[in-house]
Amino acid sequence: MSLFLAILLRFVGLVALLLVNGVVLIYMLRKVLARLHLRIGPNRTGPWGLLQTTADVAKLLTKEDLRATPTDRLLFNTAPYLVFVPAFMAYIPIALSPVLVAAHLDTGPLFVFAVLSMVPLGVVMAGWASNSKWSLIGGMRAAGLQIAYEVPLLLSALGPVMIAGSLDPLRIVAAQSGTWLGFIPRWFVLPQIVAFFIYAIASQAETQQTPFDMSEAESELICGFSNEYGGMRFGFLYLAEFSNMFIASAVGTLLFFGGWQLPWVATPLWLAPIVFIVKVYIGIYFMMWARGSLPRFRMDQLLGFAWKVLIPVSLVWVVLSGVVIRLVSR
Amino acid sequence: MEPSYAFDYTVIAWFLIGGAGFVTVALGLSRLLQPRKPNPVKAEIYECGLEPIGPVWVQFKIGYYVYALLFVLFDVEAVFLYPWAVTLKMLPLYVVGEMVIFLAVLGLGLAYAWKEGALHWR
Repeated sequence: MSLFLAILLRFVGLVALLLVNGVVLIYMLRKVLARLHLRIGPNRTGPWGLLQTTADVAKLLTKEDLRATPTDRLLFNTAPYLVFVPAFMAYIPIALSPVLVAAHLDTGPLFVFAVLSMVPLGVVMAGWASNSKWSLIGGMRAAGLQIAYEVPLLLSALGPVMIAGSLDPLRIVAAQSGTWLGFIPRWFVLPQIVAFFIYAIASQAETQQTPFDMSEAESELICGFSNEYGGMRFGFLYLAEFSNMFIASAVGTLLFFGGWQLPWVATPLWLAPIVFIVKVYIGIYFMMWARGSLPRFRMDQLLGFAWKVLIPVSLVWVVLSGVVIRLVSR
Repeated sequence: MEPSYAFDYTVIAWFLIGGAGFVTVALGLSRLLQPRKPNPVKAEIYECGLEPIGPVWVQFKIGYYVYALLFVLFDVEAVFLYPWAVTLKMLPLYVVGEMVIFLAVLGLGLAYAWKEGALHWR
């Protein structure tokens, strides 16, 4: 019974975290993009437009769920599951504090990358099943992009793993405590600066955000692979995207920015989750900033950049840091 | 409840089922709340506001296939790299050298694909 209760508690906690993230991030994205465009953004629904996303959710829930007749019914209905469930499962090993984690997986970031690699499958499925040209092009582009950037993403996470000597989030974070020379926080972003930039670029692509939003590209493909979706089905595709932003930033925080630790001082246990969430949201702010500032790539530039620049650079970086870390550790 | 290896992996199984259940429940709820007014025009595919022209399920650009093949190669390689990275500090030096050679071979493969024009988008 206590086993069942423990799992139920974690499940409810993570669903709540995911939904709150979704609501906050959608509002934040609109406000941040609006400020970057010198607009005001949502300001009518509730104070400062705070209830905008709530209104959106109510609208999505009560909207007629249209499914065009020529679509492939089974695949069309399955695709939102394949996109959303991995995005949800990716939360499992994210440690908000030394004790606040759904399951203490010793494969940590690798598990996150593994479940998220299911997402392109769902996206292609949605694009194909929709039987619409925009959707098909969007779905294929998304798959091409996500598989191209998954390789540098996996390679960039190797550096911190090599220094920490573990895939366990708790041990990766513990390895980042203390300081160098007494005043520089021992975060892996400094020795692994190249890996961090590769990670930042690749995760921007993995979460399908401008300048890598080939799957949606609203000015060319209307809404890309989710074109034929409406109501709650669309809601889940959209929610998964925002939750992936949180995951990308959270894994980045664990690997490169010392997780829940404050620099210079010991972090009390109760403060740890707050520190972690704040760091994650700062990361997300930078992702949104890039999203609002950069123009979209062309498909050939995008794949060329992944295969001809990011992958060779990250391979060389892995070799370099591997040899150096091995020699230093002796 | 003392967390354990078995417990952690039970969580994964239950979250898989629970996540799918959550989607189903939300979609069911939406089904209860929504109006239903079917209309043949609504059931059409959206293209440009006009009637769609030609079928969609055709042979698609082969270029994606080449990239997918390359991806499988590099993704499998990453699986080999992770255990190596975790145990790096304990490994004898020649194992580090072996991985460098392995990566060099892969790099050569990438260079060959590049030279053959597989990375060129047509």
